Amino acid sequence: MGNMIKVGMADLNTCKAPDAITTLGLGSCIGVVLYDARTKACGMVHVMLPDSTQIKTHDNPAKFADTGIKELLDLLSKQGIMKSSLQAKIAGGAQMFAFNTGNDLLRVGQRNAEAVRKILKDYGIRVVAEDCGENYGRTIEFYPETSELYIKAIGKPLKII
Amino acid sequence: MSHRLEEFSDIEFDVLKEISNIGAGNATTAISQMMGIKMNMDVPVIKFLEFKELAESIGGAENTVVGILFGLERDIDGMMMFVMDCDSAKSVISGILHVEEPADAEFSEMGLSVLQEMGNIIAGSYLSAISALTNLSIAPTVPYMSIDMAGAILSVPAIEYGKVSDKALLIRSEFGDDTMTVDGYFILVPTLDAFEKIFASLGLSTL
Repeated sequence: MGNMIKVGMADLNTCKAPDAITTLGLGSCIGVVLYDARTKACGMVHVMLPDSTQIKTHDNPAKFADTGIKELLDLLSKQGIMKSSLQAKIAGGAQMFAFNTGNDLLRVGQRNAEAVRKILKDYGIRVVAEDCGENYGRTIEFYPETSELYIKAIGKPLKII
Repeated sequence: MSHRLEEFSDIEFDVLKEISNIGAGNATTAISQMMGIKMNMDVPVIKFLEFKELAESIGGAENTVVGILFGLERDIDGMMMFVMDCDSAKSVISGILHVEEPADAEFSEMGLSVLQEMGNIIAGSYLSAISALTNLSIAPTVPYMSIDMAGAILSVPAIEYGKVSDKALLIRSEFGDDTMTVDGYFILVPTLDAFEKIFASLGLSTL
């Protein structure tokens, strides 16, 4: 067994088989995994907000879907992994509190998921599988060896996509 | 006026700490009254944490916690959250209902309504302290509760903070009596405009 590499909130990292990569307790944030099934390399970014252009502060690119995915692509490209060989799996984007208002800021999970899908589409990266939405937190682990994404949630059986 | 939290002056930051402190103290007193016991409270610990560290500081991202969230209305926009780990929440419930709660992340129907009510009390007492200090009218919305992984619960205030900062302000308040200890965490998330209003109301104009 390899090591488990941790990605924090508003953080990103890459790994290669036999190592695996994880992010714990995703709520409304999204865990985006980009992987190359052939070379068994991958990267993960834990994004919090959909769009950096709407916000004044962006010292940390990993915080936003647009800049986070770009940063991850750059990092992978430096490791010799081309965009064209990448596929994606995404999870998270839950609505943690059952608000019944139409308040925009509370649907940030949903907006995050939409932003991530659109950005990946613009890069021409196919989303092979996803587990987004609902109202519960998720811990995700990606194993580049098998391209499997494990999704764990409290009181729910393990899900593999 | 600074446009981000990191640029707040020392005085502004101290004011923020003090407001949070008073709010947390008031809320703790209210909870102990609700439980009908005399509680000791430690001085709250206030930390400015990176998002990465936020969940770690309350027992890890996968630790099951109870989060109670409410919005702020009227003079100030924003939200505020109270977080407790499951064990603390169960101590509070059994302190009031005098019955044992089920194990793990399960709560009884009555237990949940105790927590909900606790949320109301915390919201009211916390905000009335800030209101009294700043002379601003602040009203909480109905509280919303969620029991889940700490990371997931905290993502909600963290995302709000993320719009103005790369860090969030976390207040840890520990209270209890001889038989139990409750670890509670407060996260106040005003909008940047709200921060300015709070500072202005206290005569701290930095324009």
